[in-house]
Amino acid sequence: MSARKKIEVEDLRLSYAGKEVIHGISFDIREHEIFGVIGPAQSGKTSLLRCINRTIEFSADARTGGVIKVDGFDVRRQNVFELRRKIGMVAPLPVGLPLTIYDNVAFAPRCSGLNQKGELEGIVERCLRQAALWDEVKDRLNTLGTKLSGGQQQRLTIARALSHDPEILCLDEFSIAIDPVTTMRIEDVLKELRKSMTIILVTNLTQQARRLADRTMFLWNGEIIELDGNGVIFSEHPKDRRTYEYVQGIFG
Amino acid sequence: MSVPTTAVQAESAQVPAAAAPFVVNERVRRKLRRERAARAVFALMVALMLLPLFSILAYLVIKGAPMISWEFLTTNPKSGMIAGGIWSALLGTIWLVVVSLAVSAPIGVLAAVYLNEYARDTWFTRTVNLAVLNLAGVPSIVHALFGMGAFVLFFGMGRCVLAAALTLAVMTMPVVITATREALGAVPMSFREACWNVGATRWQTIWRIVLPNSISGILTGVILEISRKAGETVPIMFTGAVFYRNIAEGDLFAYSLREQVMALSMHLYTVTTQVTGVPEALPFAVATVLIAAIIGINSTAIVFRIWLRNRKKW
Repeated sequence: MSARKKIEVEDLRLSYAGKEVIHGISFDIREHEIFGVIGPAQSGKTSLLRCINRTIEFSADARTGGVIKVDGFDVRRQNVFELRRKIGMVAPLPVGLPLTIYDNVAFAPRCSGLNQKGELEGIVERCLRQAALWDEVKDRLNTLGTKLSGGQQQRLTIARALSHDPEILCLDEFSIAIDPVTTMRIEDVLKELRKSMTIILVTNLTQQARRLADRTMFLWNGEIIELDGNGVIFSEHPKDRRTYEYVQGIFG
Repeated sequence: MSVPTTAVQAESAQVPAAAAPFVVNERVRRKLRRERAARAVFALMVALMLLPLFSILAYLVIKGAPMISWEFLTTNPKSGMIAGGIWSALLGTIWLVVVSLAVSAPIGVLAAVYLNEYARDTWFTRTVNLAVLNLAGVPSIVHALFGMGAFVLFFGMGRCVLAAALTLAVMTMPVVITATREALGAVPMSFREACWNVGATRWQTIWRIVLPNSISGILTGVILEISRKAGETVPIMFTGAVFYRNIAEGDLFAYSLREQVMALSMHLYTVTTQVTGVPEALPFAVATVLIAAIIGINSTAIVFRIWLRNRKKW
């Protein structure tokens, strides 16, 4: 594992309409690691991701403080569209755009000006394969993405998030809508993808973080309770008792 | 108790009485009665709505239809408007609607896109929204006076097609803005977020996702606009419509932008109140043509809209 810092978060604060929900957290995410984020609802996991790719700016009442750096550069000083291209984002609920399956995946490359048919076809196939969807849809790429089942749409969302060659992949509860078998297949894909990208895995399934992540952060009510290697977090003796209780399912 | 319930209970004696399914008791019957009553009230209102609508249509067509012929549509009014056809008025209305639409539809739709997709929620945009909504309720006589003051006098256009069409455009713009905003608002926010998440700009999102999925609603606004433009009398009376003009029959370009025109709505007003000795059927025939023209234009748009809606993708 490279020790280079891919994302640095320094004293991040976030408030919605004056109510602070993230209370000044600082941590680093290393390049090519799978970084797990666990924590109960309302602990600020999704908001954290939205701060990183700056979609938080669409919430008119959100105010942020502190600094987030990607590759050492303050995200707020970067071109927002290029920043988001660097970061693949998979939301918890699948969103198939009202386009064909092919166009769903080709959407992002097209938005960056890629129009060459052969190249687009290559990207579409690669991303659909990575999202474990190719075999199911390869014969009907020209049907609507919105007509797929929920689990298929979620994998389509993952394929779309991969389509613009992100360096960071944020997965926000990606497995909510997917059956266990497919989840396992995608988890295998993630293990493969980490060679080429940094992955942030926000999950409610502590066991998923345990299986996949290198390090896991336990976030609770907008504060970091504990951040350490999985060997510590999921051991019998994490530093904070609350981590132990949450992981064991005693509270949260 | 009702008979069927007892029968069911008797048949399945194993089922405990407490779990007996499908019991129609007094509470259930009350619920059903209310359902029937509500349905009856709504249906009655539909009937009350349809009654005047069809009465008007039937009345107009029955009275006016005998007079309508190809010749009626394609000849100018003659003999102090008590004879001949309505060609110059029909063409005038078409000119006014088309010119006005060419101005108000693009401006209205694009302004609505800005307000809905780009503008942040500030006191300024809220004020603009309020103004748009209120503008839609301003009486047409006020728009007429504005049009006369602004286009005819201030900009020195004089009374002409252009001034009248612009007045109609200003008057109907709030309709198209409101309808467009509603259509855009009906596109789920999650689609936009999915686009932004992959680095699409607002424009790419609008062009590739939002507009294709709201176009049928936008067309509804345009349809409403057309009807209102074609039917208005006062605004054009002040700004460019005249009682009588003799133009080349059968020439679609018999008018130009800087000329005064006749219009169907105005012609209807004229033959009803300003001229004596008009055949009784004439006003009805004019009204029938006016309504038929509006329905004609609308149904083209409606067919187009249905076609688009069938392609709806979620």
